[in-house]
Amino acid sequence: MSFKIVQPGILSMLQDSGRRGRQHIGLTNGGPLDREAFYYCNRLLGNPEGSTTIEVSFGGMTLQAENDTFICVTGADMPLRINGEEQPLWTVLAVAAGDTISLDFAENGCRSYLGVADGFTVQPSFGSTATVMRENIGGLRGDKLHAGDHLPCAVVRKRRRYRLAAEQRPHYQDRITVRVIPGYQQHHFSRLQQRRFFSHAYTVSDRCDRMGYRLEGPAIKCAIEGILSEGICFGAIQVPADGQPIVLLNDRQTIGGYPKIGSALSLDASRLAQLRPGGTVHFAPITPHGAHNALHLAQSFARRQPLWEHRP
Amino acid sequence: MELHSAGEDAIMLYLGEETSPEVSARVQAAAEAIKPALGADLVDLVPSYASLLIIYDAMHTDHLSVAHRVRTAVAALQTRSGTEGRTVVLPVYYAAEVGEDLESLAQRAGLSTAEVIALHTGTEYRVYAIGFAPGFAYLGQVDERIAAPRLTTPRQKVPRGAVAIADRQTAVYPAVSPGGWNLIGRCPVRMFDPDTEPTMPVTVGDRVRFEPISRERFVALGGDLA
Repeated sequence: MSFKIVQPGILSMLQDSGRRGRQHIGLTNGGPLDREAFYYCNRLLGNPEGSTTIEVSFGGMTLQAENDTFICVTGADMPLRINGEEQPLWTVLAVAAGDTISLDFAENGCRSYLGVADGFTVQPSFGSTATVMRENIGGLRGDKLHAGDHLPCAVVRKRRRYRLAAEQRPHYQDRITVRVIPGYQQHHFSRLQQRRFFSHAYTVSDRCDRMGYRLEGPAIKCAIEGILSEGICFGAIQVPADGQPIVLLNDRQTIGGYPKIGSALSLDASRLAQLRPGGTVHFAPITPHGAHNALHLAQSFARRQPLWEHRP
Repeated sequence: MELHSAGEDAIMLYLGEETSPEVSARVQAAAEAIKPALGADLVDLVPSYASLLIIYDAMHTDHLSVAHRVRTAVAALQTRSGTEGRTVVLPVYYAAEVGEDLESLAQRAGLSTAEVIALHTGTEYRVYAIGFAPGFAYLGQVDERIAAPRLTTPRQKVPRGAVAIADRQTAVYPAVSPGGWNLIGRCPVRMFDPDTEPTMPVTVGDRVRFEPISRERFVALGGDLA
């Protein structure tokens, strides 16, 4: 059984939690740009963590259920309709064979996760179903979704209909603060340049995608133009010769030779990926210790969020 | 040895500052020592010319514990000569028909194309790093006489198997991709095949030699001239 893509929208693709431990052969991570919304999508559905969902960027997707099951959409405020009738986000909803599900364009944020009970069942490659278009790996054919694609999923007739209350949901704003662990090439940036980076607002440019978000603002000068190529971790903030920082995300290249001023905290990278061109970013330094604590707090906070059962 | 926090779940270890077989061998030896030292806390190790990016499971350990274990493991390392690892021979069809920059590279170097080929095949290279794209192996060092800067305008489409030079590095393109390296020939061996095990014929630390082959041999080995 499956869901059929009627209209894929601007950019929709299958994502699980991403490919881990393959960077040494040049395979990047992939996985959800907004890990928080992805996490809640599966948790609300009662799925194993990291089950395969559709990541919908910007919206405009229509699909048809070919079997009975349950769905849940989390993330950006994309108006959700089932057979033309508006339905709540962050809520598990029953769908029947033949139902048409549509996600309109987002008003706040730009990434949503549409999950089904037990997840979409596609063959993993290199241990993950995450689609990385640049590598032509994962998802369906290593590509984004196209009209006519069938996404296999199970027939499910019973599932608890959980929802997240409005006050528990994130609010996507167009101005965010990204916490940064000052990096290993930090000493190539003078104190003045570091102060400039941490005290000015940067704007999301048109060049923002799953590889990275290029920002525009006061140019940061680095004492060196390049370094011997080295591994790049998630969230690394590269500063090329033009001084405009690039926050590297899920589909980044695995090694590179631009100097880095630091690395963004993944919790904030999730929020960054919800920004569209024109969004505003401030950077704030955080120690490795502070970052560690923030990660653990966020995980226990998310796991302890109570879910509410709703009765339609 | 220099250790830096690279991110919330990553530590960067520097083992030198230059591209050399000795530094690369130290990177390899460190990687081997770190694997057992971190065990299940280790997510990935990304070796490069003079560095090792260590990605760990931040939900089960922290940077202090990882840094301590890495320091201890690396401090106990024996020095190595840099001659360990396998030698892999890759066949290459060198010709202008598949190496669009072969003639211009020769001209700039003041050499004949035959001399360029002889210099390229006469060196044993080391796999310094794998990355940029799946299976892209950075090989060094290319003889200074045939080192060439990247193209000012990268090509939109470089074919799979293209053998290319950029500065003192050489590589075989594992898949069709954009690229700015100087193309001098083509290799019929697939550098990355997700359906085979292992997925790559080489790994970091291996040695690579190129062997010139004829057009007929290239085609017989499954090479694509398109």
